[in-house]
Amino acid sequence: MKKKFKVENLDCAHCAAKMEEAIKKIPGVTDAAMNFMTQKLTLEIADDANMDEIVEKAQECVSKVSIVCEIIR
Amino acid sequence: MNKRQKRDLYRIIAAAVLFVPLFVVEHLGLLELLPYPWIALLICLVPYLIVGYDVIKEAAHNIKNGQIFDENFLMMIATFGAFVIGEYIEAVAVMLFYQIGELFQSYAVGKSRESITALMDICPEYANVEVDGELEEVDPDDVEIGSIIVIKPGEKVPLDGVVIEGESFLDTSALTGESVPRKVSVGKDIISGCINGNGTLRVKTTKEFDDSTVAKILELVENATNKKAKVENFITRFAKYYTPFVTISAVLLAVIPPILLQDNWFIWLERACTFLVVSCPCALVISVPMGFFGGIGAASKEGVLVKGSNYLELLSEMDTIVFDKTGTLTNGVFEVTAVVPAVDEKNVKTELEAAMAECEVLGLAAALERFSTHPIAESIVIAHERRQGDLAIAEVKMTDVEEIAGHGISGKFSGKAVYAGNYKLMKQMQIPCEEYNGAGTVVYVAYDNTYLGCIIISDTIKQGAKEAIADLKKAGVSKTVMLTGDRKEAALAVAKALGIDEVQYELLPGDKVDEVEKLLSVAGRKKRLAFVGDGINDAPVLARADIGFAMGSLGSDAAIEAADIVIMDDDIRKIAHVMKISRKTMAIVKENIVFALGVKGMVLILGAIGMASMWAAVFADVGVAVIAILNSMRTLRK
Repeated sequence: MKKKFKVENLDCAHCAAKMEEAIKKIPGVTDAAMNFMTQKLTLEIADDANMDEIVEKAQECVSKVSIVCEIIR
Repeated sequence: MNKRQKRDLYRIIAAAVLFVPLFVVEHLGLLELLPYPWIALLICLVPYLIVGYDVIKEAAHNIKNGQIFDENFLMMIATFGAFVIGEYIEAVAVMLFYQIGELFQSYAVGKSRESITALMDICPEYANVEVDGELEEVDPDDVEIGSIIVIKPGEKVPLDGVVIEGESFLDTSALTGESVPRKVSVGKDIISGCINGNGTLRVKTTKEFDDSTVAKILELVENATNKKAKVENFITRFAKYYTPFVTISAVLLAVIPPILLQDNWFIWLERACTFLVVSCPCALVISVPMGFFGGIGAASKEGVLVKGSNYLELLSEMDTIVFDKTGTLTNGVFEVTAVVPAVDEKNVKTELEAAMAECEVLGLAAALERFSTHPIAESIVIAHERRQGDLAIAEVKMTDVEEIAGHGISGKFSGKAVYAGNYKLMKQMQIPCEEYNGAGTVVYVAYDNTYLGCIIISDTIKQGAKEAIADLKKAGVSKTVMLTGDRKEAALAVAKALGIDEVQYELLPGDKVDEVEKLLSVAGRKKRLAFVGDGINDAPVLARADIGFAMGSLGSDAAIEAADIVIMDDDIRKIAHVMKISRKTMAIVKENIVFALGVKGMVLILGAIGMASMWAAVFADVGVAVIAILNSMRTLRK
């Protein structure tokens, strides 16, 4: 399953790269792309994974890098 | 400016108001008159904390999460260092200017995001769905296939569909860059993302939003920056090592020279702080991808979709371009290009008589060919309709119409035989006529055993094709090649008309890949090969070439899927345009890399020997970033 999320306050490009790397490592995530220019996160997850749980974990990864950055659900 | 930026701006202003008098007082040497130095420290901490508290907050947060090579953390260390060595004013100044730079950077990023996304502002917000005769505004995502939607004048077409009522002109410029509106009427397909003209349309949707043209295009452009160019990958790798390298150097700089030289610790600590300020690679990390994004945006404004930054990079090195003939250089539609009436030597005709003779040949042929479904027959009927309207042919009553396989067609008109077909047919019927030699398919027409003339049908060269080839050569492409499965005469005629260097004709579909392989093997390093096709049957060739261009044939999924770059309105003149865009993008990206690394390198060297102040370091950090971002924005402009 693939879904797109808007990301707010994504201010630095290398932070985006760090977040992307961390999100890719979440179990159940098959692919992730954090696009700095469009401020969008594209998540691709395994069929048996729960999107809500994964977004929760993705937000944790994002928060680790920047306190102000937020995934809009 | 958004809310956060405004808040930051107020903080900067407040801190600056406090800072300026402090700065003046310090320069007059009045701060030293204070009874205790810690009073000066306390006074300076006020503007410092006003402007920099969030930096410290983020730094603390990041240390907790083990992210030490973070900009905020490094700025905090650098300014704390300045406080330790007693440079209070400098500490405040560095934090203040860092924050001004950050604000400016964030504003510039926001602005460029806006202008780039405005280029791609084709996404429809709502659809008017008809439910029991009433209109309801819903999210295009929720509209099911087969729903009836109404598109009012001036609205965006939200979903792909078929018109069931109404007539209008569609503005396709957001998708194709083409400014001439396209006419639509009942039964015609319409594509999402276009803007409706002044008619109201009722449309039956044929696709869900996710599969519709607009969603596909948006996804493609948004994901384009995920396919990174080599330069971008280089920057990412560079950034990974740069920050730790500079930070470690700073630590060494603070420790080793004072021990070895028995020098003052404070001097070297100050120099180390300068290093920390320059340690962020943001100028590069932001401006390089932004440059590519801008280039891709500029191309999509022209109606050309570039599917990745890497293709933009390759395109700037394009040296050989290979075209498929039919559908790319030519329209791929057979059209009557000439009507040649039989010449009667004894009786030279006047202009009017010659025109009448042409009509006679075409009219008689059309009257007969309208019974056939062969593409050539259709093109004759269309040509006739164009000249005189469709009424005339129906009045020519043909009887006994019969197709003669491999030869043509025959019939009877007022009792006398009419023939339209190839040369063999004329010979078979023993009608004396002269064979026409030239490119194209020829249909000979005879009535009552007399040869009347012939009709030449050929594939027509696309408008602007010649100009496109000339533009490419001017842009520095050294070899143009045409591949076709067509006959030698037709191939050579097209190549000659367009000024193409090399032609390979009578090729089977598989041969095209071999030809491209051959060309690739002789091409040198940094000399890229592009293939331009219509996306039908040439997917393997598109994939094999360094850069595959497909003519979009607007809405054709196959073409969009197979190619690296899609030309939405099939105008091959756009290739030279995008090539220019790609060159400009690459030039800007390289400028930014050289500029940013140059300034940072210089400040590092000067800083190490004590000749660059922290002010210079702040400029090398945020100042350079802002300049690089502004430079990147030039990719958007023509």
